[in-house]
Amino acid sequence: MLIRGRSRRWMLLLTALALVAAACSGGGGEAAEGGDPSEAGGEAGTEGGATGGEMSYYVGEPEHLAPPSNVTESNGDAVTDALFSPLVELDLETSEAIWGDDAPNAVAANVESEDQQTFTITLKDGWTFHDGTPVTAQSYVDTWNEGARNAEYTGNYFFSTIEGYNEVQGTESEAPAAEEMSGLEVVDDLTFEVTLSEPFSQFPLVISYTAFYPLSEGCLADMAACQEAPVGNGPFQMDGQWNHDQNVRVTRYEDFGGGTPPKIDAIDFRVYADLNTGYTDLQAGNLDVMDSLPPEQIEAAEQELGDRVIRGDSSVYTFLGFPTYDEAFSDPNLRKAISMAIDRQAITDAILPDRVPADAWVSPVVAGYEEGACGEVCTYDPQQARQLFDEAGGYEGTMTLWFNSGAGHEEWMEAVSNLLRENLGIESIEFESLDFAEYLPLLQAEEVTGPYRLAWVMDYPSPQNYLENLLYTGSSSNYTGWSNEEFDSLIDQGNAAGSVEEGLEFYSQAQEILVDEVPSAPLFFDLIAAAHSERVSNVVFDTQEDMDYTAVEITEG
Amino acid sequence: MGRYAARRLLQLIPVFFGATFLLFAMVYLIPGDPVAALFGERRVSENTLNELRDQYNLDDPFLVQYGKYMGFIPDGDEGLSGVFQGDFGEDFRGREVTAIVGQRFPPTLRLAIGAVVVQTVIGILAGIVAAIRRNSFWDSLVLVSTTLVVAVPLFVSASVAQLVFGLRLGWFPIAGLRNGAMSYALPTIMLASISLAYTARLTRTSMVENGRADYVRTARAKGLHTPRVIGRHVLRNSLIPVITFLGVELGTLLGGAIITETIFNIPGIGRAVFEAVNQREGAVVVGVVTMLVVVYMLANLIIDLLYGVLDPRIRYE
Repeated sequence: MLIRGRSRRWMLLLTALALVAAACSGGGGEAAEGGDPSEAGGEAGTEGGATGGEMSYYVGEPEHLAPPSNVTESNGDAVTDALFSPLVELDLETSEAIWGDDAPNAVAANVESEDQQTFTITLKDGWTFHDGTPVTAQSYVDTWNEGARNAEYTGNYFFSTIEGYNEVQGTESEAPAAEEMSGLEVVDDLTFEVTLSEPFSQFPLVISYTAFYPLSEGCLADMAACQEAPVGNGPFQMDGQWNHDQNVRVTRYEDFGGGTPPKIDAIDFRVYADLNTGYTDLQAGNLDVMDSLPPEQIEAAEQELGDRVIRGDSSVYTFLGFPTYDEAFSDPNLRKAISMAIDRQAITDAILPDRVPADAWVSPVVAGYEEGACGEVCTYDPQQARQLFDEAGGYEGTMTLWFNSGAGHEEWMEAVSNLLRENLGIESIEFESLDFAEYLPLLQAEEVTGPYRLAWVMDYPSPQNYLENLLYTGSSSNYTGWSNEEFDSLIDQGNAAGSVEEGLEFYSQAQEILVDEVPSAPLFFDLIAAAHSERVSNVVFDTQEDMDYTAVEITEG
Repeated sequence: MGRYAARRLLQLIPVFFGATFLLFAMVYLIPGDPVAALFGERRVSENTLNELRDQYNLDDPFLVQYGKYMGFIPDGDEGLSGVFQGDFGEDFRGREVTAIVGQRFPPTLRLAIGAVVVQTVIGILAGIVAAIRRNSFWDSLVLVSTTLVVAVPLFVSASVAQLVFGLRLGWFPIAGLRNGAMSYALPTIMLASISLAYTARLTRTSMVENGRADYVRTARAKGLHTPRVIGRHVLRNSLIPVITFLGVELGTLLGGAIITETIFNIPGIGRAVFEAVNQREGAVVVGVVTMLVVVYMLANLIIDLLYGVLDPRIRYE
């Protein structure tokens, strides 16, 4: 059939209309997704003064925003830090847990325990959720039970130290024995008791973490709505919904129960796909704060932005683990030799400007960090290394170095291999670079055949968080296969100690064992590299790379 | 033509099933554990991992997983809940695939249509000018600039354009969708740039070739003046290869321009698929790509029907 005359014109018209309709179809939605309600205000800000104004903050798309026990990654964390206030805060210098009058923005008035097993937590009066309901002891108990009940929440394991946790877990075939943990008890409106299954001296530090934030009754009843617009107890409240892949906007909560309310009016968390794009926006003045810069831009940023770049210690710790289950790596001298053959300073100078050499098995931001705890194991001594290497009988065959791909580790791992080749005479070194989907199962199955690179981000600033998780016998993050009774016993004693400080003593002794055994070799500590625009001032980051949203000010004009 | 169109539409059905099956198989075959990958170096308990694997049926054999996905086999307490029930599954964060597609597709659609319009209009115009004024300054200009555009990789030219026109000169927004329609301006131009080059070249070559045809000589001999000869006769015939190219282009663009979307921070479907593949999100990959297959086939159908409009000699049965 031929298309002639009028049919032809109709065809063209229809096609044109179809294209136009498609283009305009999202047009209605554009207003909703394209911008946020006060985007004009976001650009211009409130004129003058140190109060008011809106700050924009770089984030990647968060995984979850609620419930708090499901928020364990940095993007979700950045937003929930604005929406919620913690039970206890952490002292910026000593990393100790503080509450009461020492911490005006912490909800706890007091945290007490006589035996480090039963803790009595008293809340301050007058705190409310963003929907106006009061923050009570019941809120905490209910939210923590909700977190413990649901195994799919990523922060679920935080509640595992509480008595009754196991009864709340079901299995595939059985329903759970209980809905609430027996270790949580409400004493009165503002007091509740937490009983742990074992004494744990570090518990006051642990409850500073996101997983322990409370939720309102409304949120607990309708979790699906809560996930898109969490109702918290923090200095900021949600403005509208979570616009996936675009932004989350929060505005100041006028009835904030804390002692130091925020100075700015609102925060716009903008979702970016790429660090570099965010950095370009920051340079243009469109974006106010980035809490991590693209590593290759750090030096250039320091020159261009000057003191608008903020450096500091972070909790991230990179190490080389040894598969001690493999006979070739069973001699501690061999492991020590490998560690001493690596020139950490040279690598950070040349390749990794955003890291410094590690000198302990825990990060400097942790309470009880001792400089140089690693001793000679982390120092660069090629002669000694070679000696130990020969004493241990050397290494036969090809050594394989393992690391996760796609995260920029190729260059420095190659430097490590060159150092090993040069200093220890290991001629054949290969690499196995996999993405996490493949890497982690192999680590878990103990099928890794050589030194492997991993990093650790702390949950709370206790050495226990690093030492126990990474090196205790059978711990879920201990992929070395290393097991040492004395080490385990010291960790246990630290956990059972009479206070946080007393516990630190034992953890310190535990680290001394690591100097002899070297189940893993500390490599680097990360540094925070954050930057801000000219519009904001008083930008302060704590050791967990969280910004203090109540301190920041907008300086316009 | 009605029968032809109807037949083509019916062909979509086997393609749809074949595509979902193939894609599902491919995602399934990728080695590694997607749930473990979700956490990377973060600590996570065995409980949580098992619970998540169970929720997403990752421990089931392949055919069972596929059956649950399509809605043939009941999935635990949810009963039958798969593609046949309109449920394309969820990503590992609990977001529904249909919601993800609904949100991420419009920006890509606008980018794609904008890019096609830009490359059609400018490309064809440039090609016409080059063909008419063959071997002149304009012709050389078009040839050289198109060569340059094709030679430079897109991620370089897009980044440079962003820095120069966005940051230094401030003519365009740098990233994101916060500036309404203007946000699409620079990304659309960059996206269109390479195809524009091809379109211009294709038009030029096609027109030069058709310009030598017999019917053109006849038209001129008849006394028709040149603009009418070109506009009415040469152009219509020259456009057929160009339309073919544009049809393929539209399909490709609708698949999302990952590089452009990443550099300009546009939350489109290309990036969604890219991220989903990296994170081994089977449901998202299969759902989105299947939808794209369908869209691509529809786009091709429209293009094929357009041939009949352009060239009366083309018949459909």
